Amino acid sequence: MIVNCLNHLGLPVSPALLAFSAAPLAHLRPLDIAVIAIYFGMVIWIGFYLKGRSNTSEEFFMAGREMTAWIAGLSFVSANLGSLELMGWAGSAYQYGILATHWYWIGAIPAMLFLGLVMMPFYYVSKTHSVPGYLNLRFGGASRSLAAISFAAEMVLMSGVNMFAMAVVMKVVLGWDITFSILVSSVAVAIYVGLGGLRSAIFNEVLQFVLIWGGALLVPILGLIQAGGVGGLKTRIIANMHTDSYFHLWRDTGHFASNPMGVHWTGIVLGLGFVISFGYWTTDFLVVQRVLAAHNLRAARMAPIIGSFFKMAVPFIVILPGLLGLVLLQNPDGSRRQLVGEDVVKSCTVNASGDHISDPGGCATAMAVKSTLPAAYQQSVLSAAPGSELHSYNEALPLMMVRYCGPGLLGLGITALIAGFMSGMAGNVSAFSTVWTYDIYKPLIKKSGTDAHYVLVGRLSILIGVAVSIGAAYLVMHAHGIMDYVQALFSFFIAPLLGAILMGMFWKRATAPAGFLGLLAGIVTSVSLFVWVKFNPAELASVALSPDAKPMAENLYRALWAFLTCVLVIFVVSLFTKPKPVEELNGLVYGATILPKEDPVPFYKNVWVWAVLAILIFAVLNILFW
Amino acid sequence: MHSSGIPIWFFIGVLLLVYGTMILGYGVIELATGCYPPAVELTNLHTPIWWGGLLAALGMFYVIKFRPARAK
Repeated sequence: MIVNCLNHLGLPVSPALLAFSAAPLAHLRPLDIAVIAIYFGMVIWIGFYLKGRSNTSEEFFMAGREMTAWIAGLSFVSANLGSLELMGWAGSAYQYGILATHWYWIGAIPAMLFLGLVMMPFYYVSKTHSVPGYLNLRFGGASRSLAAISFAAEMVLMSGVNMFAMAVVMKVVLGWDITFSILVSSVAVAIYVGLGGLRSAIFNEVLQFVLIWGGALLVPILGLIQAGGVGGLKTRIIANMHTDSYFHLWRDTGHFASNPMGVHWTGIVLGLGFVISFGYWTTDFLVVQRVLAAHNLRAARMAPIIGSFFKMAVPFIVILPGLLGLVLLQNPDGSRRQLVGEDVVKSCTVNASGDHISDPGGCATAMAVKSTLPAAYQQSVLSAAPGSELHSYNEALPLMMVRYCGPGLLGLGITALIAGFMSGMAGNVSAFSTVWTYDIYKPLIKKSGTDAHYVLVGRLSILIGVAVSIGAAYLVMHAHGIMDYVQALFSFFIAPLLGAILMGMFWKRATAPAGFLGLLAGIVTSVSLFVWVKFNPAELASVALSPDAKPMAENLYRALWAFLTCVLVIFVVSLFTKPKPVEELNGLVYGATILPKEDPVPFYKNVWVWAVLAILIFAVLNILFW
Repeated sequence: MHSSGIPIWFFIGVLLLVYGTMILGYGVIELATGCYPPAVELTNLHTPIWWGGLLAALGMFYVIKFRPARAK
């Protein structure tokens, strides 16, 4: 009946795609494939179109510094809006409710506004090409090299991890072969960034941002209609979960044990809201590079502020689908579908012939200990009954897409996920290329190359970055445990880097040796705490200051200790070492810099007006969902 | 971005117009034939028609407003 109807519409099921996997969540029709193919064609064409405008290093690495505030702002947000983030946080909302929204609001907005209002003038006036470049100007080559090498390694490894995770998603959702997904998406990114440089990456990020909204916005709209609006959603969640904690951002964070995430408000405010958020949004070159490409200082300051409004809206397409999934997703028999952790799904893998669970004992234990699935459903999973497969939290968003999106719309939704992945990867490789060329190759390998030579190095480093990322993806595929370490790697550098940048930017007395030693001490502290808890899980209570703390809290507190160590070391060492003369700090340090006077503008173009409006909306949202 | 040739908003307009037209076209066929995709919820709302139409209209607006001749 299904195939007949589709044939009648001239939309036959594609057997080539069905052949990939036994039971993917969805099957694409030719209309969906056309939507995805047009997207790939467009992004590659943009790369070719912009190639002629990326001939000098300033054009290739900094997009000619001619982006408007809107384009830089949207690109700034889009580079961070990866598909894994979309799906991961939708899954977190399914598990923890709107507590997950903290990562979009307090975990982003204050830092974005601080970047635009306070820090951007120093980055922009110093005319640095990168964040390690700023460290070089402020603290010297040793700090720059430490930050650049760690950042470059982190970028390609993270890109590989994300690439693998995205390929797994495509395998689960569509049944696509992992190698096919990895190669197609990474080759497309290599072509358009390699040809058009940062300009092409930014162009495509803005395009991808629009597509992400166009593809994902339908899910919460239709979900809310089906749930009976926000009131209906609340009523059904309370009826199903027997608690209203899912709707409170702050009320239940007074104690670690009072909320499902196991976090305390001090960790959210200081660890997430200050150290991790400020570290990421103000010092991670992946996002800062987009703002540095703005055409003047006012646009550079306005870009993160524009981005903050869109960032505040992202929970509508990420958190809300997770909450809606909690009450709307159904099993084939009409009962409520309960999603479980990845570990439970892995424990309950069916054998190759699909007729029984490979490890029934392990599966039964995992379901009993780590899920709240009803006993009858556990039995049907154990007997591998048709339609009783398990899905993980991370599949909440794709499951919701499949629920509401028919041909064409599903292709648009999948394109949104692919676009999210590609914008993140393009961000990684373009930032890697700039840091490699300006902060590693130029100062350490070849100091006196021509401009054309450095552009060539930049283009080649994009190809090499993509190739290493693919290698990292396969490494992760064959050794899953590595993924945890690579993701932890990201957190090792962010907090100390924030400490070094803030001390350098706001304390004239901070010295070069202090900057380097502080950065190093912060990294060592972060790595040591990670290893300590890894080998002694009980010590999590010591790091997070509570026996009730969960791993999420450890990340927040580890970042806080690393930041404080870095700041303390810089402070103490600076007192015993000789500072730079104040006249050498112009353009680098607050209080020693004469900022260029900006032309008077009407109030609606004033950065402070928009920043105050953003803060007001941020405050209202937090009070509304208290 | 205007100084660099075709504005990004034009590309976005083209893509939205093409996508919107494709999805709207499918929605019209769906409505005419009465054949709806199985296992998709709320087909009675005819989502492809209004969502496709919305994307196409938005795309058309951007294509006209940011067409290269006008940008120059």
